[in-house]
Amino acid sequence: MARAKVYVTLKAGILDPQGKAVKGGLEALGFSEVEDVRVGKYIELRVADGSEENLKARIDEMCQRLLANPVIEDFLSEIVQEASSEEDSDPSKFRRKLDLDHKINRK
Amino acid sequence: MKFGVIVFPGSNCDHDCYHVIRHVMGMPVEFVWHKETHLSGFDCLILPGGFSYGDYLRTGAIARFSPVMRAVEDFAEAGGPVLGICNGFQILLEAGLLPGAMLRNRSLSFICQDVYLCLENPHIPFTLLGHSSQVLRMPIAHGEGNYYADPQTLAELEANGQVVFRYCTAEGEKTDGANPNGSLHHIAGICNREGNVLGIMPHPERCCEGILGNEDGKLIFESILLTR
Repeated sequence: MARAKVYVTLKAGILDPQGKAVKGGLEALGFSEVEDVRVGKYIELRVADGSEENLKARIDEMCQRLLANPVIEDFLSEIVQEASSEEDSDPSKFRRKLDLDHKINRK
Repeated sequence: MKFGVIVFPGSNCDHDCYHVIRHVMGMPVEFVWHKETHLSGFDCLILPGGFSYGDYLRTGAIARFSPVMRAVEDFAEAGGPVLGICNGFQILLEAGLLPGAMLRNRSLSFICQDVYLCLENPHIPFTLLGHSSQVLRMPIAHGEGNYYADPQTLAELEANGQVVFRYCTAEGEKTDGANPNGSLHHIAGICNREGNVLGIMPHPERCCEGILGNEDGKLIFESILLTR
C-alpha cells in the first residue's frame, strides 16, 4: 500500500480571495509579519502498490483530469510507501503517522 | 421545439427551467437524469443551476464526468444549442465546452441579488431578439462566479465576440462597482466560438413572468425559439 499526498494550489498571479481574507485575519491577531497567504487543498490518496514511476504518472494524470483544474491550479504530489498492513487498517494510527511525518518533514 | 433539462444530483433550478419552458413558453420539455447516455429528440439542452455533487472539489468538477455529459458534448458538437445557467455554466467550463474557470467571488460572499447586464453579442441563437448594448436586469445567486481565463484566452474571447454578457450599471456602464464578483472583463456570460453553447451566471429562468416583477429573462428563451 502506498500513500500519495497531493497539494493543489492556485497558480501564481491568480487572485486568491480566501488567502486575502485569512491574511486579514492574521493581521487582526497581530501577525504583522505575514506578507501573503495562499489557501490550497491537500488531498490524500491510498493506492495499491505499483512501481513508483508508474504511480507518479497515474497520480499526475489524476491531477490533470480531476483533482486540479489546470486553468487555475498547480499541483504537487509525493508518494510514500507504507510497510505495515496492520497500520493501514487503523485510521487513528494512520493519522498519527501522518502528523509525525509532517513533523519530520518540517525538521 | 423540444427542450431537455439535465438533472444532476444537487441541481435545484431544474424545475424553474422546466416551468418557464412548459408554462411560460408553452413548449415541450423533459427532465433528463444525469445517468442517461443517449439524448434523442431534443432541440435544445439546458444545464440548470444548483450545487451538483455538493460542489465538492470544485464547482462542476464531478458533474462534468456524469454519463450524460458525453451525449451533451456530442449534441453541442453537432451544433445543438446548449445553455448552461450558473452551476450549469460551471459544469460547461469544467467539461471544456467553454474556456476558462470560476474563482471564488472576490468578496468571498455568496451573492444573491439583481444585477444589470449589457448584451454584447446579439447574434447567437440565445440573444437574437436583443440588440447590441441592450441592458437587462437578472438575478444572480452564486459564490463562485468570478470568471478567470488567461490573457490569451481572454483576447480570443474578445476578438471572436464570445463575451455575450457583461455586468454593468442600470445605465449600461461597465464599472468596477457594477461587477459583483470580480470577473475579468466584467464577464457574466460567454459562448463557444460557434455560438451554440452559452454559459451565463445570472438566472434568466427566474425572471420570465410579470408576477415576479421582471420578464427580462424571456429574451433568451424566446430567442432560442426563433431558431427553429
